[in-house]
Amino acid sequence: MADIVIDRVSKHFGDFHALQEVSLNVGDGEFVALLGPSGCGKTTLLRIIAGLETQSSGRIVIGGRDVSALSPRERGLAMVFQNYAVFPHMTVFENVAFGLRMKKVPDAEVKRQVERAAALLHIEPYLDRYPAKLSGGQRQRVAVARALAVQPAVLLMDEPLSNLDALLRLEMRTELKAVLREAGTTTIYVTHDQTEAMGLADRIAVMYGGKIDQIDTPLSVYAAPTTRFVGGFIGNPPMNFIKVKAESGTVRIGPVSFVAPAGGLDLDLGLRGEDAHLSGDGSGLPFDVRVVEPMGSHLLLTGSIEGQAARIVAPPTATVRAGERVGLTVDPSRLTWIDTSTGRALARPQDSTR
Amino acid sequence: MTSVTATPIVKPSGISVPGARRLLLWTGIIAVLAWVLLPIYFVALGAFGGRLGVFRWPKSIWPSDLSAASMLQFLNIEGVFGALMNSFIAAGFTVLFSVLLGAPAGYALARYSFKGQTAFRLLVLLTRAFPLAILALPLTVSFIRLGLYDTAFGVSLIHTVLALPFAVLVTQSLFMGIPREYEEAAWVFGCTRFQAFLRVVMPLALPGLAATAIFAFVISWNEVFAASILTVRERTLTAYLLKVLSESPLHYRFAGGFILIIPSVLFIFAVRRYLFAVWGIASK
Ligand SMILES: Nc1ncnc2c1ncn2[C@@H]1O[C@H](COP(=O)(O)OP(=O)(O)OP(=O)(O)O)[C@@H](O)[C@H]1O
Ligand SMILES: [Mg+2]
Repeated sequence: MADIVIDRVSKHFGDFHALQEVSLNVGDGEFVALLGPSGCGKTTLLRIIAGLETQSSGRIVIGGRDVSALSPRERGLAMVFQNYAVFPHMTVFENVAFGLRMKKVPDAEVKRQVERAAALLHIEPYLDRYPAKLSGGQRQRVAVARALAVQPAVLLMDEPLSNLDALLRLEMRTELKAVLREAGTTTIYVTHDQTEAMGLADRIAVMYGGKIDQIDTPLSVYAAPTTRFVGGFIGNPPMNFIKVKAESGTVRIGPVSFVAPAGGLDLDLGLRGEDAHLSGDGSGLPFDVRVVEPMGSHLLLTGSIEGQAARIVAPPTATVRAGERVGLTVDPSRLTWIDTSTGRALARPQDSTR
Repeated sequence: MTSVTATPIVKPSGISVPGARRLLLWTGIIAVLAWVLLPIYFVALGAFGGRLGVFRWPKSIWPSDLSAASMLQFLNIEGVFGALMNSFIAAGFTVLFSVLLGAPAGYALARYSFKGQTAFRLLVLLTRAFPLAILALPLTVSFIRLGLYDTAFGVSLIHTVLALPFAVLVTQSLFMGIPREYEEAAWVFGCTRFQAFLRVVMPLALPGLAATAIFAFVISWNEVFAASILTVRERTLTAYLLKVLSESPLHYRFAGGFILIIPSVLFIFAVRRYLFAVWGIASK
């Protein structure tokens, strides 16, 4: 059992609050992705879990053991560093073998494990080389192999595939997922790449400004963001937000009216680009198309609803021209309502058509 | 005229630019080599050229009637061999102490931030501002009292004081140049702090530590003042020669000079492997 409990962890650097009471439970064998913009505290949180940084307050419990005050090596985990930290004075083989050597594993077993990890990351041809003679992506894979070689119960990875080309990244992603699932490794995986997070993770924790805004399955995070930030951060194109006012329980946009959710007057209506459909007869939400971009699998329409910028995804066969006004039909149950003053989502109204 | 400016001017061939740069490079290398090696060569010529060779004029570049005679004679002068040993002892201890004390201090300055860090750094340097001449008398008195007077070990202590500031500052920037992540990775993969230092930091720091050692060695080897006032019979070679050579014939002086140069050169040769370690201190 190696579940991780992060209990109200805060971190200050002088006056700067890098983490504010972050809590997160990761189950045994679960794969959680930490997703967030640059500087939101992902690396800081990972380093605190690893014991490389001391939290200002809060506790870290791994497998039922409070490790808050333990040194990194006593926590029994492996880590892939954001900037690799591959030892320059050791060959790739010795780098990958490092953790096993420290555990005094017999030579034959070391060789077996190193070769297994190297094969997985396609770095067997470089085992005898020094890291200085490797490309950035190759070095990064050495760092991942070094962490996998020790077969850790808990694995922390800080953007481990950021430096690979798209094709290799996709391949490594699937292999990593398979291997970690098979080994039952509890994994926290930092990334800013949302497709990576969506594809790999059992759950995604979206971080913003030193806080976790939402932690949920990839589908829920996508379909039902709990804050305006999450909606705007996840999805390509990001969720559209249209400022509206609720009047006597109703929100009107052009000819269409919706049941307003309880709790707020100034609202942001969150609408996913692919949740809106061209109505064909011009009825529904009025959308003024400004730019049409054919993307192959779909058309990306950029324009405005009631003067507010929005991006809509249309089928590739649709005939829409720039400058046109089209009508959009939307399923009210797929809308997200955000209270403008708090930036947090409000519960969807039960009976949503009127 | 406009048509002339419009026609593309034929550029000098692409090879000549690197060619010129290479010429410049080699000229520079040769100049530096000559600057260092020529004096050593002439000292060697004087040392091995025999009594008459020293006075021959014009000097020939090529050695004539080489003989180790004056060299051997010189080594047989009473006390020279003992002084040589003393020099090695003093320099050896200076290297040992400077590295053993300087490197941890440099490491602490590089890795931890503590109150008074800047002041500490300044104080380390200020020790060099203190004139040794003023210290001479009290130092002699206390050395006599401690039983350190007239020993090579006692001299090495003073030389350590002289070499230590550089050792601290050089190793500090050395350790700053080694990314902290390497150590952190070692900790995560099962090292204690000390193990991480031995397995990761030390190997990366070796070139710099070798340079620090060379520096300490050369400082001790060449230092005259402290060595002269703190010893009577157990002189280091430099201090001994200073006394003896002023009253010796010229070819002996060359022999002495040559012997003074050689150990430093040999020592630098011995540690040169660590100066240019294969992997370099490349980060990432
Ligand atoms: N040692 C430190 N001292 C002061 N501030 C720090 C320190 N380490 C991190 N910070 C600050 O804490 C914040 C979070 O940093 P962190 O490295 O965790 O970001 P991140 O989410 O990993 O970003 P990225 O995706 O760019 O790697 C940043 O604003 C950073 O400036
Ligand atoms: Mg980071």
